[in-house]
Amino acid sequence: MSTTLLRTPLYDRHVALGARLVPFAGWEMPVQYEGVIPEHRAVRADAGVFDVSHMGELEVEGPRALDLLQSLLSSDVAQVEPGHARYTLLTNERGGIVDDLIAYRVDRFRWLLVVNASNRDTDHAWLKEHEISGSDVRDVSDEYALLAVQGPHAIEKLGFGPAPWNTFAEERIDGVECMVNRTGYTGEDGCEILCMAEDAAQLWDGVLARGVTPCGLGARDTLRLEACLALHGNDITPDTDAISAGLGWTCALDKEFTGADELRRIKAEGPARKLVPFVMEDRAIPRHGMAIDGGGDVTSGTHSPTLDVGIGMGYVPSERAGVDTELQIDVRGKARRARIVKRPFYKKGEG
Amino acid sequence: MAAAESYPDDLKYHREHDWARIDGDEAVLGITWFAQDALGELVHFEAPSTGSNVKAGSSYGEVESVKAVSDVIAPLSGEVLEVNQAAVDAPETVNEDPYGSGWLIRIRLADPGEVDALLDLDAYKQVLAEQ
Repeated sequence: MSTTLLRTPLYDRHVALGARLVPFAGWEMPVQYEGVIPEHRAVRADAGVFDVSHMGELEVEGPRALDLLQSLLSSDVAQVEPGHARYTLLTNERGGIVDDLIAYRVDRFRWLLVVNASNRDTDHAWLKEHEISGSDVRDVSDEYALLAVQGPHAIEKLGFGPAPWNTFAEERIDGVECMVNRTGYTGEDGCEILCMAEDAAQLWDGVLARGVTPCGLGARDTLRLEACLALHGNDITPDTDAISAGLGWTCALDKEFTGADELRRIKAEGPARKLVPFVMEDRAIPRHGMAIDGGGDVTSGTHSPTLDVGIGMGYVPSERAGVDTELQIDVRGKARRARIVKRPFYKKGEG
Repeated sequence: MAAAESYPDDLKYHREHDWARIDGDEAVLGITWFAQDALGELVHFEAPSTGSNVKAGSSYGEVESVKAVSDVIAPLSGEVLEVNQAAVDAPETVNEDPYGSGWLIRIRLADPGEVDALLDLDAYKQVLAEQ
């Protein structure tokens, strides 16, 4: 029995562009149009657009919305003013990561959480379960479409002016009202644009008309890995604590939130394993699940189009987590050498 | 830049999307346009060593793209005489010219009789129609 895959409002556009479509988190999504490598390069050098409408949007509203989010999110979100956003974690009692997300403060009593497609229902249920009187949680994902426009020329091609990272504002593109968020998952400048689902095709057409290259999930993965950004389900899960994952910086440990006690303990004692980035020194491409000598494992791996070498992230015992440590990765039965590097692999402007 | 779809009629084919160009008691082997298109731009070719033996129907190496790894199946048995260094150093050559400069290995045939079991172009096109 096959489950029907969901489609974003832009499905027909992807088909018309000749995209290769694959299942992802229950959705039928474009993995590539022209090819992963040219699309990756377009984002690094110019501007690319990704349909990420499959992601979830949860609205949290009410006079006690802040109290609810403070108790569940790792960051001190009281500091986030309307018009600002914060990358943060939804944690469990073990300090593990239920999801990583961006929380947007729309106004004093209203928040929008943009969450991973694969965790939309879990996150909604988690928040609903903890809903307190004065806070209302709604899954508004189907009302919206989301396009990520990324690259050094993205903002200029869209005709916007500069704005600080992690802020957002209302704009119009070809008559479409949208929320333009200065956020991204590629390591480049750019924005993520939220619009009503029924306006998605018009917005997409407008972005393409401005000379932005359509890019699929394949390039999205190579770009985020070069920038050392975690992928939930691969690098971070409910079983990986935020400290081991190197995401302690998102945790306000002087605040009370789910799992704060456990995270404080792990931080004080030092984690047993750490998530580290590495480059291959032998010609090989590391892949999720491959064993690292000494008791580690690869959580993400790919060929880096910018560096032209295999790159990856994985957990290794903390005593082996230092920069320049040599690792051996079991690549389909053969031991291949790798070296831990300082994050990120790639910094914008250095390509 | 990938090549336009083509399947030369002077080659022999294997249903695992590999080709062989017979040259006396030697053969040059590679992957077809269909295989390179399915994989996407290749970033790695794990080649066998010269002097090693390949067996018809078995894998003799791997080609890898950003998203996928694939075994390369030998259409014929023999001893590896030469590995195409261009395919090792610049795997995208295989996408650009899968039947020319993107050849993978050259072998000395162990059993020329095996050639009869390979597909001609029409038979391979049938295989493609089934994909």
